[in-house]
Amino acid sequence: MSLAQNSDEAVTIAPRSRGRRRWRLSPQAVSWLQVSPLAIILTAFFALPTLVFLIVSFYDYDRAGIYPDFLLTNYEELLTTPATLRVYVSSLKFAFIVWGITLFLGFNIAYFLVFHVHSRTMRTILFLACAIPFWTSGIIRTIAWIPFLGRNGAFNQGLMAVHLTEQPLEFLLFSPFAVCVTYVHLFTLLMIGPIANSLAKIDPALLEAARDAGASRWRTMVDIVIPLSKTGIALGSILVFTQVMGDFFVVKAMSGGQSASIVSQLATEIQAMQYPPAAASAIILVLFVALMVGCMMRVVDVRKELVR
Amino acid sequence: MGGASRDPREKRPWTFYALAMLMGTFLVFLYGPMVVIYVLSFQGPDGGVTFPMVGTSTFWFAEILKPGQMANIPVSFGRSMLLACIVSVITVLVAVSAGLGFRRRFAGSGLLFYLAVASLVMPSLLVGFGIGLGFKLFGWQTDLFTSALAAQLTWTLPFGLFAMFAVFNRFNRTYEEAATDLGATAWQRLRWVTLPILMPGILGVAMGAFTLSYDEYARTTLVAGNRNTLPLEIYALISSSSSPTLFAIGTLTTAVSFLVIGMTLALILSLQHRRAARGRPA
Repeated sequence: MSLAQNSDEAVTIAPRSRGRRRWRLSPQAVSWLQVSPLAIILTAFFALPTLVFLIVSFYDYDRAGIYPDFLLTNYEELLTTPATLRVYVSSLKFAFIVWGITLFLGFNIAYFLVFHVHSRTMRTILFLACAIPFWTSGIIRTIAWIPFLGRNGAFNQGLMAVHLTEQPLEFLLFSPFAVCVTYVHLFTLLMIGPIANSLAKIDPALLEAARDAGASRWRTMVDIVIPLSKTGIALGSILVFTQVMGDFFVVKAMSGGQSASIVSQLATEIQAMQYPPAAASAIILVLFVALMVGCMMRVVDVRKELVR
Repeated sequence: MGGASRDPREKRPWTFYALAMLMGTFLVFLYGPMVVIYVLSFQGPDGGVTFPMVGTSTFWFAEILKPGQMANIPVSFGRSMLLACIVSVITVLVAVSAGLGFRRRFAGSGLLFYLAVASLVMPSLLVGFGIGLGFKLFGWQTDLFTSALAAQLTWTLPFGLFAMFAVFNRFNRTYEEAATDLGATAWQRLRWVTLPILMPGILGVAMGAFTLSYDEYARTTLVAGNRNTLPLEIYALISSSSSPTLFAIGTLTTAVSFLVIGMTLALILSLQHRRAARGRPA
């Protein structure tokens, strides 16, 4: 793109013709004006609120309210409770399993869409078929599994109808299994999208060259396709990982009380109006997620890839 | 598959069939459970929340409109639609403008970029929690069209921004250069060249923001004030009701989503079609 060229050109804001005063702003100033609404909204409603719960995490509290203070007890209590570790381990376990499954599905489906489907129309239709559920309600998609997986659900009835099992399977619903299935259902698109985007940028001539040079399909995959799609893989991984770590609805609705998530525990504290410990818990979660995302971002320069 | 006939010289490798199977299975997995609840929402009046169907009826849909426990559903639907429209308009204006701004490097662009990334990956409930706490500290009352709107924007704006990056990546700058060479002012260039070319992408952003807002739960729940959106009402129903009404609501709200998606896609297609017919840049 002609970045350098463009930054030299001055941009006029007001129309020239009407004989009004002509304003000439430097390109830099024009950019600032253009991004300022975004910057203001994100600062006011994302950065500042984050700062607010950072501050409140040091506050004192009782049943009546919260009091400005600088206490570390909220953190102390949080970090010394075994429940904290338990819930982090449980969430990480879900995140890891779901990450593995969505990566496998997402990569293979994206590969199929980009390299195997030659017709543009067909590719668009298939991609939309994957994407459309993402634009519908996550709550509805979650509870849709209940009549499907339940004891008398469609899946069990199907299994028994073809005599694969005599008894309905009990572990399907309200179990860690159901939680994983729902996560995969909800989040696989977050993997397909970025990976397909990376794959689409690979020049097909490169693959042909590899084949002509005698590389097997496997070698081409390992040495060319996977390295060139690592941005998409990293981006998808970040999205899936953060969604699972930040979830509180799916675990609540689908685990049948067998598992808790970090955020559902936090929500309980919020409902009990225990804001300072909830804020401390929120800060720990944010730090943890930021650390993991930071590690994944080290693999690729996401910004360079997206903005060009 | 559509491509098979185009390339008769080459035999498909076995991986094609394996991946096609995987794709098919995935689509069944994606739509299967949803289809089950659409079917079950037409359950007869004596039927329950699982198969078998005891006749078919629209009884459970009629339940939604009856005054009584479901009375909040139609009202909250209206609120959700209104909020989603507002969110969609703001997202388009702010994201398109910011997308234009990000085409040059400017001081602080890295910082703003990572702020947007952080806003996108922040656990959703925490955004609402932070805004709610902030409102509390200032002594303000949370409300649908202030705090909840703000909470939803922290999710739709980064989404819109990244979608605009993708749109601008495919944008050919020579059209703008040609407009400048022909004497267009910056404003004329934007109004008559850049925006029309970007229009399909902008419509996509508008639709994305609308559906994200319309279905949003986790960011909104702590800051909606005392007027609930539709997803919040549905959430409240999950624990209290176990009748097919829930599925009927699910079917209706999904139908609304499909309608919005379908209309947008049709609009985008017709734009592209018209453009192709006139031989203008796509």
